[in-house]
Amino acid sequence: MSAENTTVTDVVCPFCGSLCDDLEVEVEGNKIVKVKKACKLGKSKIMGHQRIETPMIREDGEFKEVTYDEAIDKAAQILADSKRTLSYGWASTSCEAIEKGIHLSEVVGGVIDSTASVCHGPTVLAVQGVGSPGCTLGEVKNRADLVIFWGSNPVHAHPRHQARYSYNAKGFFSDGKEDRTLMVFDVRKTKTADKADEFVQVEPGSDYKIFSAMRTILSGNEDVVPDEVGGVSKEKLIEIIEMMKKAKFGVIFGGLGITQSRCRYKNLENVISFVDEMNEHAKFTLIAMRGHYNIGGFGQVCAWETGYPFAVDFSRGYAWYNPGEATAVDVLNRKECDVVLAVAADPVSNFPRASVEYMREVPVIQVDPYPNPTTEFADVVIPAAVAGVEAEGTAYRMDSISIRMRKIIDTKFLSDEEIFEKILNKVIERKEGA
Amino acid sequence: MSLLIKNGIVYDPINNIEGEKMDIFVSDGKIASDAKDAKEIDVNGKLVLPGGVEGHTHIAGGKVNAGRIMRPEDSRRGAEPRSKLTRAYSGCSVPNVYATGYRYAKMGYTFLMEAAMPPMAARHTHEELIEIPIVDKGAMPVLDNHWMTMECVKDGDMDKLTAYIAWMLKATKGFGIKIVNPGGVEAWAWGKNVSDLHDRVPNFDVSPAEILKGLSVANERLNLPHSIHVHCNRIGSPGNSETTLETYGLLSDVKNDDRQVMHATHTQFHGYGGENWGDFCSKADEIAKYVNSHNNLTIDLGVVMFCDTTTMTGDGPHEFNLYRLTRRKWSNHDVELEVGSGVVPFVYGPKIPPHAIMWAVGIELPLLIDDPWKVMMTTDNPNGCPFTFYPQIFAQLMSKKKREAMLEEVHPVVNSHAILPSIDRELDWNDIAIMTRGAPARLLGIDKHGKGHLGIGADADIAIYDIAPKEVDPAMDYKSIERAFSYTAYTIKSGEIVCKDNEVVAVPKGKTFYVDPEIDDSVMDTMLPDLKDKFKECYSINMANYPVQDAYLPNPYKISTKGT
Repeated sequence: MSAENTTVTDVVCPFCGSLCDDLEVEVEGNKIVKVKKACKLGKSKIMGHQRIETPMIREDGEFKEVTYDEAIDKAAQILADSKRTLSYGWASTSCEAIEKGIHLSEVVGGVIDSTASVCHGPTVLAVQGVGSPGCTLGEVKNRADLVIFWGSNPVHAHPRHQARYSYNAKGFFSDGKEDRTLMVFDVRKTKTADKADEFVQVEPGSDYKIFSAMRTILSGNEDVVPDEVGGVSKEKLIEIIEMMKKAKFGVIFGGLGITQSRCRYKNLENVISFVDEMNEHAKFTLIAMRGHYNIGGFGQVCAWETGYPFAVDFSRGYAWYNPGEATAVDVLNRKECDVVLAVAADPVSNFPRASVEYMREVPVIQVDPYPNPTTEFADVVIPAAVAGVEAEGTAYRMDSISIRMRKIIDTKFLSDEEIFEKILNKVIERKEGA
Repeated sequence: MSLLIKNGIVYDPINNIEGEKMDIFVSDGKIASDAKDAKEIDVNGKLVLPGGVEGHTHIAGGKVNAGRIMRPEDSRRGAEPRSKLTRAYSGCSVPNVYATGYRYAKMGYTFLMEAAMPPMAARHTHEELIEIPIVDKGAMPVLDNHWMTMECVKDGDMDKLTAYIAWMLKATKGFGIKIVNPGGVEAWAWGKNVSDLHDRVPNFDVSPAEILKGLSVANERLNLPHSIHVHCNRIGSPGNSETTLETYGLLSDVKNDDRQVMHATHTQFHGYGGENWGDFCSKADEIAKYVNSHNNLTIDLGVVMFCDTTTMTGDGPHEFNLYRLTRRKWSNHDVELEVGSGVVPFVYGPKIPPHAIMWAVGIELPLLIDDPWKVMMTTDNPNGCPFTFYPQIFAQLMSKKKREAMLEEVHPVVNSHAILPSIDRELDWNDIAIMTRGAPARLLGIDKHGKGHLGIGADADIAIYDIAPKEVDPAMDYKSIERAFSYTAYTIKSGEIVCKDNEVVAVPKGKTFYVDPEIDDSVMDTMLPDLKDKFKECYSINMANYPVQDAYLPNPYKISTKGT
């Protein structure tokens, strides 16, 4: 590349599930010098930070720098000899890499699971119970007159969400916030709640009760609802239901505040059923505020490859799905796997202590652009190109729309897709002959 | 590799070959007149057909995947472990991509048309199509409820509409114009529907009839290989045959010398009389009467069989109604400025009167329509039932005895509210070959691209079934029909043996067919500012990131057309 400044437009941001695709990135030589239109989080990711500089293999407790070939060989050897591999992560890489990762798990007869199992996994379970009344984000932008954030705080977690897609976004039938009512349900007054027309403070762990009360009021049985539910007065709930019924197009953006609080997937079943029932009165939809930029992509790819969106166990030769059994935390808690493959994720920081402790007892292979606490547990470390910055590939937005991420600069690192293609071929060769 | 298939009983309707004993040469992936060093396969009187062409199926993309995600109980069925050659596969009505490819190929199918691709999610559809092994495929973008489409129709600006459709076909790498409940799906974005062909679409002031006519004009001006592919308004409702027939009539004076000008899809779901579920009845006779007396219209069936399946359609309001009937689980996904979609699991029960009548309508239509060239065999997979039911359906069409056995199992309402018990016709081998090969290839316009026949130079896609048509009486021995069509003795794809005796023996990657219509730059240039505005003001994705990149068609097959 020349040393001149070039601007790459329509860049897709590989940070959060909003997957903004309007960024402009200035490149000087092969270095990113400026990121425009991105939020702080996206900008920081694209500008880059500390990397794993070289493949490494741990010998006698110390990392030794090795070549890609050596690290990939070592990883392939460990995986080919494994009887029960746990492959985990996959939320921050491309669908093409995920496909290879699923194939690898199939070949080694292992378990594959994504970060969804500690995030929006309960949402998926609820979808399997009662379905998924959703729409694309542009539908919200163009039509919604009632926007509800429930247990989600986009100001901090999805900073451009409101401007691009929801509360502030101008669309065909809406001039933005002037035409919209904003409701926020949360256990505390978040930054998102500051601007809300209606902030409803929910007692922690009470979401299920409140959804139930709302469904009861909606079905005309408000007489059986107590005067106060989960810290919210019955009058308030009745008022809210009346507002919702008057909406032309309502949307609930559900966050981790309902997936990872008391009742978990039951909260989601309840709110989805509420949205279903609201459709008798007004157009109503629900969108999960997915965190990592391609966690949705893992669910999609895993579904078309295996029939299931996460927690897939290939030990039978075919895909077997059982969240609670084939989810990463549970596999580790039972001390069941003999290898952990951590890809584009940091289980050590996010998993319960007992699960993490077990990772000390088995070989850990890490594939990631960045060092993180999981690196300290790793025996083989394979650095990867940053998908969406240094490698192309597909990602799925929180509304299941896929966008092809661009490559902005060249890199010395292999992409996840290339790394897993190599590992897969080597494992097949070892297990089945060339 | 060269092949010589000896002594087959060949049905190749496009080439007017009807049960002749003959040899077929294959060389370089094509049907040839001769072949050197050919591997001989003596099939000794067995049935030889061109590879099957599935003209309307739902196999890939957001809806199918929503079905998979929502229905782990479906994915648990029919599980097969991986082998050195094949991937792990499972699922029944929403199988994984590998099951779809392997099962279709084992049944002798080599070309599949995904019938509903949401344009904004076209990339997703193509991602899955890539992964479906063995078979060739294409996908039709849904283009009728688009704001751009409706605005052009309202303005009567056919130039702009034609340019927009051309842009969309290119951007989605799509095969043709799919229409789904025109106007009704935009109304559904506000939780509503349209009531008939002349209802006005909220905010856009056009009618379904106007949308249909407009898209027909664009279709003909772009010289597309296929006609408009129409899912009519009021699907699944009692009395909807009136709307269906009126829809057919909209284009009664439009002609095209090469093909139909309207293909009406899953007609079974649109062929009902009555005013409610109590007097619900078959109107297959009236549909057939129209089809028999007009030559510019073709249909496919959407046969229902009794099973647990997953319904999925771009017709969002219809799926909501199914949810209201079933109260099981409901997935809905409206796509900005363009389309909607819904997914609902559904069980068709033989003792449930409307279901029994629906089953009857699907079987009646091909028996009442005189000319099999007007009919594509489909189950609207998986809406009527999964495609794996084809062998049972063929047996019913070929054997009245089989139908009588079925009639004993279903609700007696069929005797009074359907026509089937009174029909004696039995289809023959050639009729089946036409409806599953010749007709779908010809109606899609891919016969000219080597599909659906065994003429010299055609793609060597061949299905050989372990049944001797000269020795079996299908009317009496319908069980042999069911068994024989369940899997081939050999499926040959592009000259390679891919399946043998219900085993997959090779897993080549198929091609993706798409249409690239060329139109005048000046016409395109007048349309583009409007489209750019839509992206700037309304879409949630940038225009530059919208079109499906070449990376998603690793084995493309382009059909170029020249617009006028």
